[in-house]
Amino acid sequence: MNTSGLTLTRAGQAIPRGSIAALPFADFRRVVIDQAREGLAVAALFGDVPAGSERVDLYVVLADRESSRLGVGKTTLELDAFASLTPDCARVHLFEREIAEQYGVRPEGHPWLKPVRFHGSYRSGHDAWGRGPGEPIVVGVTDFFRVEGEEIHEVAVGPVHAGVIEPGHFRFQCHGEQVFHLEISLGYQHRGIERSLVGGPDKKTAHLMEVVAGDTSIGHATAYCRVVEALAGRQPPIRADALRAIALELERLANHTGDLGALAGDVGFLPTASYCGRLRGDFLNLTALICGSRFGRGMVRPGGVRFDVEPSRVEECSKRLKKALRDVTTAVDLLWNSSSVQARFEGTGTVSLEVATDLGLVGPAARACGLECDSRRDFPSGIYRFAQAPISSWNTGDVFARAYVRWLEIERSAAFIMDQLQSLPDGPIEAPAGALRPDHLAISLVEGWRGEICHVALTDHAGRFARYKIVDPSFHNWMGLAMALRDEQISDFPLCNKSFNLSYCGHDL
Amino acid sequence: MFRILRERFRQGKRTIPYPAGAPPVLPDRLRGLPVLDESRCRAGCQECLTACPTDALFQDGQGLALDLGRCLFCGECTAACPTGSIQFSTDHRLAVRAREDLVVRSGREYALARSLEGEMLRLFGRSLKLRQVSAGGNAAEEADLNVLGTVVFDLGRFGIQFVASPRHADGIVVTGPVSENMKQALFTTHAAVPAPKLVIAVGAEAISGGLFRGRSEVNDGVTDLLPVDLYIPGWPPHPLTILDGLLRLLGRIDARDAARMHPR
Repeated sequence: MNTSGLTLTRAGQAIPRGSIAALPFADFRRVVIDQAREGLAVAALFGDVPAGSERVDLYVVLADRESSRLGVGKTTLELDAFASLTPDCARVHLFEREIAEQYGVRPEGHPWLKPVRFHGSYRSGHDAWGRGPGEPIVVGVTDFFRVEGEEIHEVAVGPVHAGVIEPGHFRFQCHGEQVFHLEISLGYQHRGIERSLVGGPDKKTAHLMEVVAGDTSIGHATAYCRVVEALAGRQPPIRADALRAIALELERLANHTGDLGALAGDVGFLPTASYCGRLRGDFLNLTALICGSRFGRGMVRPGGVRFDVEPSRVEECSKRLKKALRDVTTAVDLLWNSSSVQARFEGTGTVSLEVATDLGLVGPAARACGLECDSRRDFPSGIYRFAQAPISSWNTGDVFARAYVRWLEIERSAAFIMDQLQSLPDGPIEAPAGALRPDHLAISLVEGWRGEICHVALTDHAGRFARYKIVDPSFHNWMGLAMALRDEQISDFPLCNKSFNLSYCGHDL
Repeated sequence: MFRILRERFRQGKRTIPYPAGAPPVLPDRLRGLPVLDESRCRAGCQECLTACPTDALFQDGQGLALDLGRCLFCGECTAACPTGSIQFSTDHRLAVRAREDLVVRSGREYALARSLEGEMLRLFGRSLKLRQVSAGGNAAEEADLNVLGTVVFDLGRFGIQFVASPRHADGIVVTGPVSENMKQALFTTHAAVPAPKLVIAVGAEAISGGLFRGRSEVNDGVTDLLPVDLYIPGWPPHPLTILDGLLRLLGRIDARDAARMHPR
C-alpha cells in the first residue's frame, strides 16, 4: 500500500483519534479514488459530527488484502456539499448515499443520489434533498429509473413478498420477459441500530449486535467483540478464539446449506431442497448444543465466549457434524449430477469479474466471480492467525458459481471445525475486557457467511462510543444482484436473489 | 433417476412424530420457560433487574416478575443472580393468548394458550392459512418460521400453511418491532386479509419491541397496533415453541397431551 497520507493500522488494533491523518477534501478524494483503482477495498466510508462541532467529518477505511494493512483517513467538510467520489469510484456509491441521508451533506455529481433507508437527517435543519424539518419522509417514494418505450413495462414487487422473508422493494424495467434494469429500494427494516449504539457499550450493546442481521449473530458479535477488545487493549484467551471460530463456521455451514436447498427449491428440484432444509437445522442445532441458541445468541461476548465445551460435548459435536456433512454431501451431489438443475444454474445471473471488482463485492458473491478475497485469510484475527480454511472461488460469476462456492466452503468449514474440535487449546474462555481507551478508533473485519463484516468504533473522552459504524456485507452486494439481473428473464429473479441471499436488516440497520 | 431414488432411501423419513409421539430432545443448554423462586431472593437484591437488557424483569406489589414478552432468554439474569432464584428450564411451551399471561411469577402456573372457540375454531381448526409480515424482523424469527415447512416439522400435515397473498390468508404472523417504515405495509396487509382473521406475534420484538423498545424508528411491536390472538415469545422462539403455539390455538394439543409429554 502506498501510504499516501493515510494512517496505517491493522484490523483489531486501536489508534488514537489524534493520529488519524486529517486531509483536505481534495486530497482525501484523490487518495480514495487512486487507492481504489490500485485494488484496495473500501471497507467503510462514513460521516460523523464531533461533539461541539457543526461540521461533518468523513472517515474512510481502505483495506489492502495483499499486506493485511488498513489505511484510515479523515476530512472535514466545510460545506453541506462535496464533490462526489462515485463517478470515479463506483464502489462508494451507496456509502455516499448513506452519508447524504444521515448528515444532510450532498455529494454533488452522484449519479443516483437517492435515500437509502428513508429516515430524517441526523443533523436537523440539514437535508441533502432540501426537505424541511417535519416534512414526512415516505419509504419507497423516490425517483425510480424508468425506461421509456411503447413495449416497456414496469413490474413492482414488495415490500411484502410472497415468501417468509424480509421486506424490500424491487422495480423491474422489462421488455417482454427481458429485464433491462432492476432497481432495489430498501429501508423498510430500519431500526436505528447505529444511533442506538452511541454512548455505549451498555447492557444492550452485545445483544443488539446479535440482531444487526439475526442470521449472522456470531459474525456481527465477533466483529463487535474484536473492536471492544482492541479498544480495551486485551486479547481474549486462545480457547475462546477457537470456540468463536467454531461457532462462526457453524453459522456458515447452516446458512450455506440452507441456501443450496433454497436454490434447489427455486428450480423445482425438490429432493435437495427438502434434505438441505432439514440439514440446515442440524447445523443450527449444533450451535444450540454449544450455547443453547440455534442462532448463537449469548455465545460471543467481549473478553471471550460464554459457553465452554467439555470433552463429551466435543465428541457429540464431532459425531453429529460428521453425520450431517455426509448427508449434505450426497444431497448436494444430486444438484451437480442433475442436468436439469445445471441447465438452470449455469449462465444465469452472471456478474463479470470486472463489475464485481468495480462494485467492491465481497464474500461468496465476489469469490464466485473469481475475486480472491476472504477476510479470514486477508485480515486474519483470532484463531485464523494460526489455522486457515482454504479460500474457495470459481470464475463464472453465475448462479452455479455462487452455489458451487458455497458447497466448497461447506466442505472446508466442516474440515476446519473438525480440526479445531480435535485440537482445542486449553485454558479459560473469558478474560474481562476492561474499560475502553478514550479518543481512540478501532476497526475489525470478520468474514461472515455473506462476506466481510466491518465494524468501526470511535470513542469519546470518556471511552464511550461516539460513533459506531457497521458495514454488513449486504451493503456492498445488493448492487451486484441488480447487475446480475441485467438482460435476464424476470422469472429468474427468485433464483438470482436466492443465489445472493442478502440481508435486508443488515443493510437497513 | 436411480441416484435420486437411492438418495431418497438413504436420507430416510425425518418428520418428527410430535405431537402424537414424544417431542424431539432439545439441547440441555436451551433456555426455555424460566422458573422463578422468589423465596431464595435476598432482601433488597436488585442484581437481576440491573442485568436485564430489556427490563423484562420487574418488581411490583406481587413480587418479582419476568415478562416473557420482553425477555431475550439471554440468561444475563441467571448469571447475575447470586442465589439461583431464576433458572431457565428446557420447556419449549411458551405461547399464550393474552399479553398479561406472558408474565412469569414465582410459584404461579404459566397459563399456556387456550384453543380458539366456537365459529373461529370451526373455521380455522382444520385449515389455517397464514401470511407472514416481517416488520423490522432480523431474519431469525423468519428462518424458524420457514423451518416449520421443512420435512422435520411438516406444518402442512396439520392443515397449516404459509400463503403468498393476504387475500388467501386467515391471518398474519408478525415478526420484528414494527419499524416505522413497515407500519403502513403491515396495516395494508392486515386489512387485505378477509375477516374473521387472526394476528400472531412471534418473538420478543414483535410482542414488545424487545431491544428496540422506545426508539422512534420502531413501534414497540404489534401489540398496541393490532388485536393479537396469539403471543409466541422467544428470541427467536424455537420452531417447536412456534408449532406448539399454533397447535394449541387450533385445539390440537390438550392438557392431557401436555402432561403425557412432559412428565414432571
